[in-house]
Amino acid sequence: MVPPTDSKANDAEQSIGNVQLDVHLRIRRIGYIDATGKVHGALPEFADTQELIRLYRAMVLTRVFDEKAIALQRTGRLGTYASSLGQEATPVGVAAAMRSDDVLLPSFREHGAQLWRGVSTEELLLFWGGDERGNDFKGPREDFPVSVPVASHAPHAVGVALAMRLRGEDRAAVCVFGDGATSKGDFYEAINLAGVWRLPVVFVATNNQWAISVPRSAQTAAETLAQKAIAAGVEGVLVDGNDVVSVRAAVETALAKARAGDGPTLIEAETYRLGDHTTADDASRYRDDAEVSAHWKSEPLSRLRQYLTDQGAWDHDDEEALLADCAAQMEVATEAYLAAGPWSPEAIFTHLYATLPADYRDQLAALKREMIND
Amino acid sequence: MTERSLVEAINLALSRAMTEDESVLVLGEDVGVDGGVFRATAGLIDRFGAERVRDTPISEAVIAGVSVGLAAAGFRPVAEIQFMGFSLTVLDQLVNHASRLRNRTQGRLTCPMVLRAPYGGGIHALEHHSESFEALFTHIPGLRVVIPSSPRRAYGLLLAAIRDPDPVVFFEPKRLYRLAREEVADDGEALPLDQCVTLRNGSDLTVVTWGAMCHDTLMAAKTLEDEGIEAEVIDVATLRPLDFATILTSVEKTGRCLIVHEAVMTGGFGGEIAARLAEHALMSLLAPVKRVTAWDTVVPYPRHESHFIPSPARIAAAAREIMEFA
Ligand SMILES: Cc1ncc(C[n+]2csc(CCOP(=O)(O)OP(=O)(O)O)c2C)c(N)n1
Ligand SMILES: [Mg+2]
Repeated sequence: MVPPTDSKANDAEQSIGNVQLDVHLRIRRIGYIDATGKVHGALPEFADTQELIRLYRAMVLTRVFDEKAIALQRTGRLGTYASSLGQEATPVGVAAAMRSDDVLLPSFREHGAQLWRGVSTEELLLFWGGDERGNDFKGPREDFPVSVPVASHAPHAVGVALAMRLRGEDRAAVCVFGDGATSKGDFYEAINLAGVWRLPVVFVATNNQWAISVPRSAQTAAETLAQKAIAAGVEGVLVDGNDVVSVRAAVETALAKARAGDGPTLIEAETYRLGDHTTADDASRYRDDAEVSAHWKSEPLSRLRQYLTDQGAWDHDDEEALLADCAAQMEVATEAYLAAGPWSPEAIFTHLYATLPADYRDQLAALKREMIND
Repeated sequence: MTERSLVEAINLALSRAMTEDESVLVLGEDVGVDGGVFRATAGLIDRFGAERVRDTPISEAVIAGVSVGLAAAGFRPVAEIQFMGFSLTVLDQLVNHASRLRNRTQGRLTCPMVLRAPYGGGIHALEHHSESFEALFTHIPGLRVVIPSSPRRAYGLLLAAIRDPDPVVFFEPKRLYRLAREEVADDGEALPLDQCVTLRNGSDLTVVTWGAMCHDTLMAAKTLEDEGIEAEVIDVATLRPLDFATILTSVEKTGRCLIVHEAVMTGGFGGEIAARLAEHALMSLLAPVKRVTAWDTVVPYPRHESHFIPSPARIAAAAREIMEFA
């Protein structure tokens, strides 16, 4: 390029050398009900007593589901299971903020969100029991199943959101993953593209401080995960992930923004994984008990129970009745799960393609012969 | 009817599919105003608009991943990866999601997406622009791997791929993009997937190949014909799922088989065909099955490229060897 020779040269000269650019780095942190059950500021509109009780019940059911799933795993009746102990407020808050026709793209610790959205306890048990039928949700037909490869579903959410936009629908996609997931390329590529296309999608990074044995501090030098959005031109929000009210409020705001055509949001929900990574893990090998005990003080259920109790909206009997309710629900689900009809191994071939290609005939026939001989 | 090159036939099939079906959309790097680095998507943005012809950032993994999301949500995305050499990061999405979504959800969510990429050498390109690793994709159950070898087949097979209810990777032999023209009717007729095409009948030996090698194999067959050797040439067209029946029938007739591919030998798809012949055609074979492939080396820079890619002479020589055996 030929250097300018007119008066513009002065402007050009001024930008040569060391110039300071001010990049705006602002993260909102949202927190309503603290660990002691004390409220900060006015609660959001949705948070009337009745609704808070509904949220509380959903969190308790999630925890009871967890306990039951672990018990089933320990007795050889369920596969490897990822508990969400201590993180219940995040999935429940996320799902409560969504409309039923939004689409959830969960990771593997979002049972609370799936249950809220109408995935049945039996379906969840089937999934964790190693049966694909558990992913054929009777409820939220368009929700995605659990994505096991970390962060690999973030691009799917962008695709789903684009589909909604192209059809002119008033819907949004919500994608949930862990703190570890924010180190992956597909996470960055997904938020980057969602930003470019201003798509109706909300990304929720559940920061439970651990990715199996790797602590949050070893995952990234970034001060927050939320700020990772900023480089993509996307808003990043930090929220107390153990306060279901805060999570729901943050996701509701992000969804309203998404629906208004104002693009994506990344929400970092700060929480703590109180349990092992999965039933195949023993966290005591890499994590101090003292750290875990300290975090029990800020877990999500007791603070909301405390708040409701302080409001005179909840008492010991309510609690007993709720626990009995959840336990009964789990008994029914477990029975249904264990009694789930036998399933011919031929099913391995049934949904591989819309129509089984001719090239598969020999293999299917061989499997059938094997079954007859068994 | 108009004579068209292979890349023009691709463009024609894309236009046709987008006209027929509103859910078809095109995405990839430079596919919009630029019309794609090989012009495969030229003019589409003017006809169908920037909503349906979408330039993406340079994010191959996300191009594939977004396509999975779009497909599951009711669209039929046709994604372009600029060169096969840059498609490795999409393997995660293809292996772990696109090919499994239907089975994982027992048919609740499906993935009717097409991922197009030019492949193969012979255009004197920079490193990474001449690769042929189609075999990597043939190892993925739930996926279709389709490779056209002429303008007409490019048109018909791409239409079929777009209309197919399952994910398809569609690899275009870029050396053939403009090499030859033939009449291609824009009649909206798809060609069948999962079927080999017999390009030439012959009784002495069967030569199985695909992509740009069809061209070189037909040249070799011409030479062999002058020597009195009649080669039957089969274009595999869909590598996965494989139409082995057509190959087997031919080999049962000729008793001899040569497999030709541009990809390196070890782990190449030729090995799969040879293994199946060993399993099913032993009693029909008069001579060992032979493979002519690129050497098991790194794809060389263009200066040595012509010594790397199998030539008609190398193919003809291998055919003669088979004939001499028995
Ligand atoms: C791509 C990928 N790499 C590795 C794994 C194995 N793995 C499963 S969960 C996990 C940790 C994930 O941590 P985080 O994203 O923080 O989610 P969390 O488990 O804490 O909910 C790892 C490494 C995987 N599932 N996917
Ligand atoms: Mg984590």
